[in-house]
Amino acid sequence: MRNLLPILTVVAAIFVFWYAAAVVLNAPWAKDKAQRAGVELGFSELVSDTWSQDKPKLPAPHQVGAEIWKTTGAMVAKGRAFSKRSLIYHSWVTFSSTALGFLLGTALGIALAVGIVYNRTMDMSVMPWVIASQTIPILAIAPMIIVVLNAVGISGLLPKAMISMYLSFFPVVVGMVKGLRSPSGMQLDQMRTWHASSSQEFWRLRLPSSMPYLFTSLKIAMAASLVGAIVGELPTGAVAGLGARLLAGSYYGQTIQIWSALIMAATLAAILVALIGVLQRITLKKMGMAQ
Amino acid sequence: MIWIAAGIAVWALGWWINSVLSHRPATRTTRLAVPLIFGLTLIFVWEAVVRGFAISPVLLPPPSMIAARFAASTAILWQDFVQTAIKGALSGYVIGCGTAFLTAIAVDRFDFLKRGLLPVGNFVAALPIIGMAPILVMWFGFDWQSKAAVVVVMVFFPMLVNTVQGLQDTDAMQRDLMRTYAAGYWKTLLKLRLPAAMPFIFNGLKIATTLALIGAIVAEFFGSPIQGMGFRISTSVGQLSMDLVWAEIVVAALAGSGFYGLVALIEKAMTFWHPSQRGRT
Repeated sequence: MRNLLPILTVVAAIFVFWYAAAVVLNAPWAKDKAQRAGVELGFSELVSDTWSQDKPKLPAPHQVGAEIWKTTGAMVAKGRAFSKRSLIYHSWVTFSSTALGFLLGTALGIALAVGIVYNRTMDMSVMPWVIASQTIPILAIAPMIIVVLNAVGISGLLPKAMISMYLSFFPVVVGMVKGLRSPSGMQLDQMRTWHASSSQEFWRLRLPSSMPYLFTSLKIAMAASLVGAIVGELPTGAVAGLGARLLAGSYYGQTIQIWSALIMAATLAAILVALIGVLQRITLKKMGMAQ
Repeated sequence: MIWIAAGIAVWALGWWINSVLSHRPATRTTRLAVPLIFGLTLIFVWEAVVRGFAISPVLLPPPSMIAARFAASTAILWQDFVQTAIKGALSGYVIGCGTAFLTAIAVDRFDFLKRGLLPVGNFVAALPIIGMAPILVMWFGFDWQSKAAVVVVMVFFPMLVNTVQGLQDTDAMQRDLMRTYAAGYWKTLLKLRLPAAMPFIFNGLKIATTLALIGAIVAEFFGSPIQGMGFRISTSVGQLSMDLVWAEIVVAALAGSGFYGLVALIEKAMTFWHPSQRGRT
């Protein structure tokens, strides 16, 4: 709680900065307009104009808020929450490929981690490539993966989910390898004195002790997975999803639409990461590992 | 049929060599050779699968074709590399990491700011910042300046958070020692806290290398002059010349790993005293 005041101050400072930046960035257009209309703009008129333009360079926060409300809350009130004009619909599309990619990535990551921990050959040959795979700007491949998979007849969710998967498996592999190796020599020896088989050792010792590491990685993986889904929606002229909204907005200069999609994406990321946080707290509490 | 059999045979052979090598005591050579052999078998199996199953090169070109294309169009690839990696990514990386570093030092002086900015910075670092790309392209135009701006925004927060955390990594005992030496704020910063923060700073720098290239390439999807890696990828996909796309990806991969490797090397030279670097040959 002692952090609340500083955080609120910083957030307030961001909003003040945002409003000020909106005035500065939108002022040339406002002045231009006034000059053509032959009116002299006072300071307060200038400010109010820069905060209410149709296609501002930087929309003011309340304009973005109004747009988000118009495309979410107001749509729900009209009973058209899932129409194509609603951001809820687009968020849902992005969310579904994020979730699918996240699940696939987590599964792949855990499988690889188990292989790496239990097989020396795999440890030495795969692990360097797992690390190298992340120095490759993989998002660059995104358009190609989607086109290629489309050509083979796989379209819809799966191609986007593949990109999310690629981005999200890495943190899981690294975290899980660390976690599965976290039991100390003492604990492993104890298991051996109990004559535990290697599967018992895995299920009773290694897997439980990797849980804190797993959840930390899952949070990173979820954020990465969302980025993957959004970028996956960019290239192929996708018609739905937050990425498609961004692209459409940038084609038609609808800055307010871009910002509202951006804020929605941020909210979605925050919700998903918080969800994993809750899951983490519950699981660790049940396992008696809560700090 | 022959290709498929060859693929399976090479895979088995590679795996066998690797399992023999990895069960020997690890030396520097085996630690290099094992991943190398694994990578080579992977490329060969790719070639064998593409030829064996007669997969259309439009879907997945074989590595030999990519290599040929790479050799044939080095001029274009170099031009794109300069446009995207040097002008866009590198300048953005330097500006972004530099400002983040200076901001971190400024923030570090005020505990109030630090407590407020760290959680916010952590939150922003998890956001899909890449979505800012269309806005920044709109503000800064189509040329490399807008790409550099995207990179600045992307690398800023991971770098800031890491540096601020690193600057806190000295304990009271060490700081007290500096005080008994009558060292002022700047002296303590330069002689104790910055060196102690180096591992964290390099962690941020390493994360930022990949983010920088990704940012520069993806920003080009939203508009670019008629050169650049992102531009070439998106137009070549449209023309179905997948070999050129893959050649660009090879360039991106080389640039990405080279950049990362360079930062890792500098880290090794500068933080040789840290436990994570000691004991490695």
